[in-house]
Amino acid sequence: MIANLGAAFALVFDPYVLGVILGAAIFGLFVGAVPGLTATMATALLVPITFFMPPVPALAAIVTATAMAIFAGDIPSCLLRMPGTPASAAYTEEAYAMARKGLGELALGAGLVFSVIGGLLGTAVLVVAAPWLAEAALQFSSFEYFWLVLLGLACAVFIALGDALKGVVSLLIGLLVSCIGLDNPAGFPRFTFGSAELAGGLELIPIMIGMFAVSEILRNVASIDAPWEMARVQVGNVLRGMGGLMRRYRLSILRGSVLGTLIGALPGAGADIAAWMSYAVSKRFSREPEKFGTGHVEGIVEAGASNNSALAGAWIPALVFGIPGDSVTAIVIGVLYMKGLNPGPTVFIEHASEIYAIFIVFILANLIMLPLGIAAIKSAKQLLKVPRTLLMPAILLFCIVGAFAVNNSMLGVVLILAFGLAAWLMEANGFPIAPAILGMVLGSMLEENFIKSMIKSEGRWADFFERPIAGVLGALTIAVWLSPLAVYLWRRATRR
Amino acid sequence: MKISDALAGLALVLLSLLILWHVRDFPDMPGQQYGPALFPGLLAAGIGLCGLLLVARGLRAADAWIAPPAWMSRSRPLAAFASVIGGLAFYVLAADAIGFHLVAFALMFGWTWILGARWRLALVAAVVVPVVLHLVFYKFLRVPLPWGLLESMVFR
Repeated sequence: MIANLGAAFALVFDPYVLGVILGAAIFGLFVGAVPGLTATMATALLVPITFFMPPVPALAAIVTATAMAIFAGDIPSCLLRMPGTPASAAYTEEAYAMARKGLGELALGAGLVFSVIGGLLGTAVLVVAAPWLAEAALQFSSFEYFWLVLLGLACAVFIALGDALKGVVSLLIGLLVSCIGLDNPAGFPRFTFGSAELAGGLELIPIMIGMFAVSEILRNVASIDAPWEMARVQVGNVLRGMGGLMRRYRLSILRGSVLGTLIGALPGAGADIAAWMSYAVSKRFSREPEKFGTGHVEGIVEAGASNNSALAGAWIPALVFGIPGDSVTAIVIGVLYMKGLNPGPTVFIEHASEIYAIFIVFILANLIMLPLGIAAIKSAKQLLKVPRTLLMPAILLFCIVGAFAVNNSMLGVVLILAFGLAAWLMEANGFPIAPAILGMVLGSMLEENFIKSMIKSEGRWADFFERPIAGVLGALTIAVWLSPLAVYLWRRATRR
Repeated sequence: MKISDALAGLALVLLSLLILWHVRDFPDMPGQQYGPALFPGLLAAGIGLCGLLLVARGLRAADAWIAPPAWMSRSRPLAAFASVIGGLAFYVLAADAIGFHLVAFALMFGWTWILGARWRLALVAAVVVPVVLHLVFYKFLRVPLPWGLLESMVFR
């Protein structure tokens, strides 16, 4: 343990890695602060570059950039009434109302300080919970993994608070995409139509670049004729008054961080849903709920802590089971495999120093967020003046080169176009994206454990529940999958 | 682009039937009951079922089959949207023959100009951005971006 920790420190406090962290931090702050560019997009755009790095700097870049981006999303909420990332959407109206009341500085300061605290608390849970869960997961067989994946997929569909039926469709399509290629228990080429390039399956990184970057650009250019209008905010000392808020809302901060970490750890739901839920919880338990929506800081404190803590929470199932907690870790899992740090309980034994190094980067990233965040707030007005007319084409060209670089293949560019258009169309028609992503990432794992379990049990479903943990997970999974039906029946019964 | 639930559901039912028909002749695993057709078959059945539910819901709602969003009636957003899709398709078709550098120059200039930048700014961007990408990806990360028409000039 001590030796591993020492090795981990040596891995992180290396001039090259520290340089990567600083670069990624600035990149993340910029991407987060520009409306329409999201933390997931930052990750997808980083992957083609991290492709060429050793594991620790590659993962450090992603951890740092996403943490910064989720905080920086608060900045345009306050200044432009537009969330910089979807994770800030829950309290955009509130932050803008504060800016109009002359409290912009307080809103920006609270966004920063409580992002840092939430991020650190979430990291603490990650550091404690992940190795502990991994210990338990060492006993898991294909039955437990089958239920676990199915439970994760259920969470992704039903927690999104959207249209559950469309969520299921999105999930099934994602799973279907994962069937393409040779990578199935029988080793039979499915849906390849004789193409050698399709036999390897579809590369996930270009798909993610398409679904998170190209689709976002399509949405962006559709509103290119609507100018951004900036609120007037005087920024002096953004830390003024934070001590008072911290004392006054200490319970909110803790509650937001705990709920955020939990939502982050649930597959498919990430920082954006965490912020919505924490904002609602904050209002529900507030002593002055009537002030919410009129420029009141309490919800920003709780939800701001929540969305940053969700980032760390999402890494718990990603590292322990290979099940992503949010869309960022869906990409991270691909990077982990690429770097030979295959997620699963044994990664904590075989690659302990690398895992500790990731934990250290989490802490470091949240600490340097304070000075860099202050600098970002002070330069926000200049930052937001970068013309979209140049930014969007430059990102698009970067997407092309990045997608090509993954396999040096034009198929990557075809994929960003096809999946970018598909994600745009899905979004416009109320089909959530997260379940599809989760389906693509988890498809082969689900099928492998399903077929393995079917063969072991010779098709007897009762065997799926025989082992104690599998039984509990199975019952839980079925309950979650049937919950919409129960809600529907209950509503019908009470209507009469 | 708002597509009615009924139409989306219909498309899903068709997709499901197509897959079920296609996986019919996947071979079994030797000595096993469960072959490569089982999993995609189950998924396809699920997609078909959801499709039917969407059709039922869509017919009750009776929305228009396809309704274009408001921005599509404004010329600049429409042109910008079309240029993104068209530009990407053009890259796929032309980059190997013409080369990354020339296509990137044309795309960058076209996109920036259509989005509303002045042509002089668009020209600067169209030179600078491809050069930066060349330095980062081709020089530094050694990604073999295609030279196309320029190949004979670069490697003489």
